[in-house]
Amino acid sequence: MKKKTPLQRYIPAIVSLAALGALSLIMPEIAPRAGKAFVDQLTSIALVVPPIFMLLGLLDVWVPRDTMIRFMGPDSGIRGPVLAFLLGSAAAGPLYGAFPVAGVLMKKGASFHNILIFIGAWSTTKVPMFLFEMQALGKRFALSRLAIDLVGITVIAFAIEIAVPKKEVERIYALAAEEEN
Amino acid sequence: MDTIFLYGIALLLFILSFAADRQKTKKAFSKGLKALEGILPQFIAVVALIAIMLSLLEPQTISRFIGSDSGPLGVILAGLIGSITLIPGFVAFPLAGELLKNGAGTLQIATFVSALMMVGVITLPVEISYFGKRAAVLRNLLALAFSFAAAFFIAWAAGI
Repeated sequence: MKKKTPLQRYIPAIVSLAALGALSLIMPEIAPRAGKAFVDQLTSIALVVPPIFMLLGLLDVWVPRDTMIRFMGPDSGIRGPVLAFLLGSAAAGPLYGAFPVAGVLMKKGASFHNILIFIGAWSTTKVPMFLFEMQALGKRFALSRLAIDLVGITVIAFAIEIAVPKKEVERIYALAAEEEN
Repeated sequence: MDTIFLYGIALLLFILSFAADRQKTKKAFSKGLKALEGILPQFIAVVALIAIMLSLLEPQTISRFIGSDSGPLGVILAGLIGSITLIPGFVAFPLAGELLKNGAGTLQIATFVSALMMVGVITLPVEISYFGKRAAVLRNLLALAFSFAAAFFIAWAAGI
């Protein structure tokens, strides 16, 4: 990532907070709802995100690069995508929690294809959510969605892999590598 | 539930890690903290955007747009609403189930659910910072297209 001053890094946050404030002033009738949504979302992020990052710190320190390459690298065979899929499906938390995890996996040498499978699984085939979905929308709905998602995740991963040039992938990996340290 | 589980695992692993190697554990903690601070400004922005969106788009509004007789336009709207909204699953599924019971089409609901989970317009800035513009935008577009295709399959399979 480009080096930015702390203030520059916080500009988008400040702008969106200002927009939220302005909206509440212009339309006072929605202010309570906006405020409640803000606090709700903030607490859920504040609760879910820190342990994810702490686990990432552990992963970074304890899992050697060779191990990650062996299990999720370009030559991991069928084991890589399966592991990526299981990791993504077992994860808790919203999709934006997946991106930092993907960053560390890239840094450790997981292949781009496996990263894309991981993101796909995290986005849509989460185990705890699946039970919820069965209850709310029915077994048939949930099961057929799971089945088609398996196809979709794979197809999307291959499509992105084909469409994104090798140079760009290398740039993304370099970005992940310099993320910390 | 999810959260308690997550904290439990993190705590357990940290205790194990600490028992095995204090130095490494300290390093893991500071690495995690640093990465967290790195992404914090974007998370704050995302939270503010979600609040703006949720306050403008009520569940009742959503149900009016993708309700029973909304047709093809309703399906497209369902995909778009799903793409820009960021509702946690434990809220979205009961909402979708409620809509379905009240006569909304399976096609619309399936599109909405798929797009909601796979497409994230609001979180795109976070995604771009990790994956670059090209891969991130492409993934979201493909996921949106897939949401429509998947909906037809789900509507067919659920109706057999």
